[in-house]
Amino acid sequence: MSTLEIKNLQVSVETEEGSKQILRGVDLTIKSGETHAIMGPNGSGKSTLAYSLAGHPKYQITGGTVTLDGANVLEMSVDERAKAGLFLAMQYPVEVPGISVSNFLRTAVTAIRGEAPKVRTWVTEVKTAMADLSMDPAFSERNVNEGFSGGEKKRHEILQMELLKPKFAILDETDSGLDVDALRVVSEGVNRIKSNSDVGILLITHYTRILKYIKPDFVHVFAAGRIVEEGGAELAEKLEEKGYAEYVTA
Amino acid sequence: MTLASNILENHTTPTGREEAWRFAPLARTRGLHEVESAILDRPSLKVAGSGSGFSFTLIDGRESLSKTDDVVVLKVRNGTSHVQELKIEKNAVIAEPIFLSRDLSGSSVEVAEASRLVIRAGSHSQATVVIENAGAMTLAEEIEILLEDGAQLRFVTLQEWSDETVHIGRHHAIVGRDATFSSYVITVGGGFVRLLPTVEYAGPGSSAELFGLYFATANQFLEHRIHVDHAIPHAKSRVHYKGALSGNGAHTVWIGDVFIRAAAEGTDTYELNRNLLLSDGARADSVPNLEIETGEIVGAGHASTTGRFDDEQLFYLQSRGIPADEARKLVIRAFFMEILSKLALPEIEERIAATISKDLQGVEL
Ligand SMILES: Nc1ncnc2c1ncn2[C@@H]1O[C@H](COP(=O)(O)OP(=O)(O)OP(=O)(O)O)[C@@H](O)[C@H]1O
Ligand SMILES: [Mg+2]
Repeated sequence: MSTLEIKNLQVSVETEEGSKQILRGVDLTIKSGETHAIMGPNGSGKSTLAYSLAGHPKYQITGGTVTLDGANVLEMSVDERAKAGLFLAMQYPVEVPGISVSNFLRTAVTAIRGEAPKVRTWVTEVKTAMADLSMDPAFSERNVNEGFSGGEKKRHEILQMELLKPKFAILDETDSGLDVDALRVVSEGVNRIKSNSDVGILLITHYTRILKYIKPDFVHVFAAGRIVEEGGAELAEKLEEKGYAEYVTA
Repeated sequence: MTLASNILENHTTPTGREEAWRFAPLARTRGLHEVESAILDRPSLKVAGSGSGFSFTLIDGRESLSKTDDVVVLKVRNGTSHVQELKIEKNAVIAEPIFLSRDLSGSSVEVAEASRLVIRAGSHSQATVVIENAGAMTLAEEIEILLEDGAQLRFVTLQEWSDETVHIGRHHAIVGRDATFSSYVITVGGGFVRLLPTVEYAGPGSSAELFGLYFATANQFLEHRIHVDHAIPHAKSRVHYKGALSGNGAHTVWIGDVFIRAAAEGTDTYELNRNLLLSDGARADSVPNLEIETGEIVGAGHASTTGRFDDEQLFYLQSRGIPADEARKLVIRAFFMEILSKLALPEIEERIAATISKDLQGVEL
C-alpha cells in the first residue's frame, strides 16, 4: 500500500511579465488502488499539477509538499520520480524523431526496472501489450510519437504505463481526441492495468464518458489553481449537466 | 560581372568580402582559394574491388558538363588534364554500393591537389556510389554527376578527414527526365571543409533529395553551400541538413539557395536545416534562401533552426526513468539517426555514430 500526498502545493511559471502563480494550494491524497478524477475548466491548472508532480523544469514550486510513502518527491529529479513509481500520461505527448518506439520502450523499462529485460520475454511482453491496445506492431519501428495521430499518441502513453508499471499514474486528458472505439480500447487498457496491479490513478478529464468506463472513487473539482469541491462519481454527472459556473468567480 | 565569370582568368582571389566567401576563414585554406597558387593534377580516387554494370577509368579532356563561377572549381578545371569517370551502364541494377576512396600514397598536406570525377548514371540504371574521404590532404575537387532519363542514383560522400585537411569541392548533379538523385553529404572530419552540393534539372519528373549531416568540434570549419536551380517544370527537390557543434571555435555554415525560375511551373521544393549547439563558443550560420519567379508551383518552403537541446524531448525521456545524461545522448543520437538511418548502409551508420560518440566524450552536455 502506497500513498501519494500533496499538501498545500503552490506553483508558478515564469512569464514575460514576471512570475505567475498557477497552483494556489492543492491538497490531495491518493492511495494505491484508488482512482481520483479531476475535472475543471480550461486553464484552471490541471496540467500544471500533472507536470509539477512529474518535475517539469518549467514549473517552480513556491510552497507545499509532495511525498510518496513519506519520501520527498519535490527533491527528486524527473527520472528519479519515474523510478520511484510516478507516471505521467501527457496531454500532448512529445515527438522524438530518430528514436524508435522499441528502442525507447526498452531504454525506459531498463531504467525503471534497473536491469535490461530478457530479450525473449520482452518481445512477447511488448507484442501482447500492443495487441491489447489494438496497436499495429509496425509502430514499434516508427519514431517515438512522430506522425502519430492524436489517438495513437494516447494509446502509446497507456502502452508505456502498462510496461513501466507505476505506483501512481497521472492521466492528463488521455481521453481527449479519442474516437468512441479508441476510448473503449484505452479505457479497457487502464482497467486491465488496474486489475493486475495496485496502481493509484489521477485522471484529469473534461468528460464523463471516460468515467463510465473507468469508475472513479473520488471526483475533485479544480478551479483557479485549487480543488474547490470533492465528491463521488455523482459529482461528475452534476458537473456535466451544470458546468463550472458556480465554482468560477468572476 | 561583365566578363564571363566561368573563366578563371577573369577572377581575382576572394578576399572574404564576397557573399560566397563571407563566412570562410580564408587564412586557413593553405592558399587553396588563391587564383595563382599552384595545384597538382593528381587523380586520387580508387575503386574498391570490381563489379559488373559499371566501369571506372581515367579519361582525357577538360570538357565540363556544367557552368560554375566558383574560383576553386575553375582552378580545378584549369589545372587538370584528366578526369576520372565512373560509368554506370544503362539499365544496370547494381545492388552493392560502389566504393571510391582516396589514394593518399605520395600525397602531402603541403601540396594542394586537384581531383575531378564524372559520374554517368545510364538511363534507368540504379546504383549507390560511396566516396570515402579520410586522412590528411589539401584537396580541391569537382564531381559532376549526370543522371540520364529514369536513372536512380544514391550518392554518398563521407568526409572523415583528419584535422589538418583542407577540402574545397563541388558536387554538381544534372538530373534527367524522371530520374531520382539522392545525395548524402556527411562531414565529421577536416579542419576546413567547404562543399557546394548543387543541382540542375534536365527534364520533367526529375527529383533530387539532398541530405546532409555535419558535426564540428573545436576549431573545425565546415561549410555546406547548397544550390538547387529549378529552371524547368515539374521537378522536385528536398533538402534536409542537420548539424551539431561542440567546442570553442567550432563553426558551421549552411546556405540553402533554391531558385524557382519563371519556367519552372509545378515545382515542389522544401529545404530544412537544423543545428544543435552543444556548447558555448561554437557558431552555426544558417541561411535558407528561396527565390520564386512563378506562382504556378506545387509547394515551396524552408525552415531553419539553431538551438540547444529540445527541453520537451529531454523531459519526456526523463519522465520515463531515463537519466538526464543518457537522455541527452539519446537525443543527440536521435538527431543524427534521422538522417543516418536513411542511408541504409549499416556499417557506415555505425562508423559515423561511433565517431560522433567519440567526439562527444568529455563534452559537458
Ligand atoms: N509560460 C506561461 N506563461 C503564462 N501563462 C502560462 C504559462 N504556462 C502556463 N500558463 C497558464 O497557466 C494556466 C494553467 O494552465 P494548465 O495547462 O495547467 O491548464 P489546464 O487546466 O490543464 O487547462 P486545459 O483544460 O485547457 O488543458 C493557464 O492559464 C495558462 O495560460
Ligand atoms: Mg491541460
